[in-house]
Amino acid sequence: MMRETIHVPVDRVIPDVGAVLTGQGVPPNSAVDERTRQLAQQAIDRFRDLASPQGIILSLGEAEFARIYDGAGMNEADTPLARIYPESDCLALFAVTVGEDVSREITRLFSCHDYAAGAMLDCAASVGAELAAEAVERHVRDHLIHTDRFSPDTGLLSFSPGYCGWHVSAQRKLFDFLRPEEIGITLNESHLMTPLKSISGVIVAGPREIFQFEDNFPFCSPCETHSCQDRIRSVFSGRESIR
Amino acid sequence: MEILRQLSESLKKGEAERAAELTRAAIDGGLSPRAILDEGLIAGMTAVGEEFKAHEIFLPDVLLAARAMYAGMDLLKPLLIKEGIPTMGKAVLGTVQGDLHDIGKNLVGIMLKGAGFEVIDLGKDVAPAMFIEAALREKADVIGMSALLTTTMSVMKQVVELAKERGFYGKIRIIVGGAPLTDAYAREIGADAYCYDAMKAVDCVKGFVGGQ
Repeated sequence: MMRETIHVPVDRVIPDVGAVLTGQGVPPNSAVDERTRQLAQQAIDRFRDLASPQGIILSLGEAEFARIYDGAGMNEADTPLARIYPESDCLALFAVTVGEDVSREITRLFSCHDYAAGAMLDCAASVGAELAAEAVERHVRDHLIHTDRFSPDTGLLSFSPGYCGWHVSAQRKLFDFLRPEEIGITLNESHLMTPLKSISGVIVAGPREIFQFEDNFPFCSPCETHSCQDRIRSVFSGRESIR
Repeated sequence: MEILRQLSESLKKGEAERAAELTRAAIDGGLSPRAILDEGLIAGMTAVGEEFKAHEIFLPDVLLAARAMYAGMDLLKPLLIKEGIPTMGKAVLGTVQGDLHDIGKNLVGIMLKGAGFEVIDLGKDVAPAMFIEAALREKADVIGMSALLTTTMSVMKQVVELAKERGFYGKIRIIVGGAPLTDAYAREIGADAYCYDAMKAVDCVKGFVGGQ
């Protein structure tokens, strides 16, 4: 698995209607009219036609990752990842994208006032990018299984620069090391990826207990989602990779 | 006026073709462009906004209404310009430098137009000086900035500082929004308001233009 490009089958990144509607702010189990449901389905169909999901992964050692993690020296003093990665069994940098065509279509829809379709496709693409990241994470898990490095106690969790105290400026070193330009992902001066619907970070594999942390770091208070707790639960339930 | 009520209703239903037909009929029937705008299109979008705020409808409904509003507005705009009918006010919007996320900013623009404001959309990756120059050139009432990254939200402060340097801080109001922002951050950098969604932005801009 040293360094590998992964062509993710489109079917693996197709979101369901519920996920797209949730992304549009529709609470789960809400009564949604048929027209809105159709809009979501049309966005999913469009996404299926336009998405070209692929990813790249690179396994690396703890010392190498330490340099990437430190980035530009702007991380919070204490972070979950800083505590977790030294305890890991395997680390892999990754970047995934669903491609630029989707973003172009979103822009086109907005420019011709088809806002509902544009916003719906934007949601579908965001969910699709998450699913692409999950597919790459599954690839890493399968690799660990095939190389006898995966035990019943092993969990996987991914972290991305810009979240949970890991400063987004670390993207620069991550990109220098991973070189995802090979699959068309570039970084701008403010560490933002193009295509916009791309995700990068590190996949950490190790004993499940290392992933347990409380959401009481100083940087947790402004966080509105506290989705880390769901992510931790997912590791323990065996379903990894909720971002 | 029944036709304007129907026009307003067509927006609520997100019926773009119907909205265009009714706008055409209202124009042909000799109704004033101002009345068609205020009592038809803006009234419809206002009602949609209220339903959205009350959680009675969802974002897709609002966006379908916006498309219907534009279908009517495309017909009405030449007449509004010809008769010199002023807008509710003018807002310069953009996603700050280094940031390419523009969905939120677009939604604010759509809703502001729906409320009768003129919107100068500077797009994304907008340098601080561009906000200032555009606001002065366009004699804007409000500058609206969007950021989705913690690293780019600091650009907002640069715009506020530039506004102070150029002497119009407090005259042209500054609103900010985006996922990583908070009310406290907006206050800290000296913005006039933090808008957590597009409807809040419309309320803020209405308040500022109305002198609140």
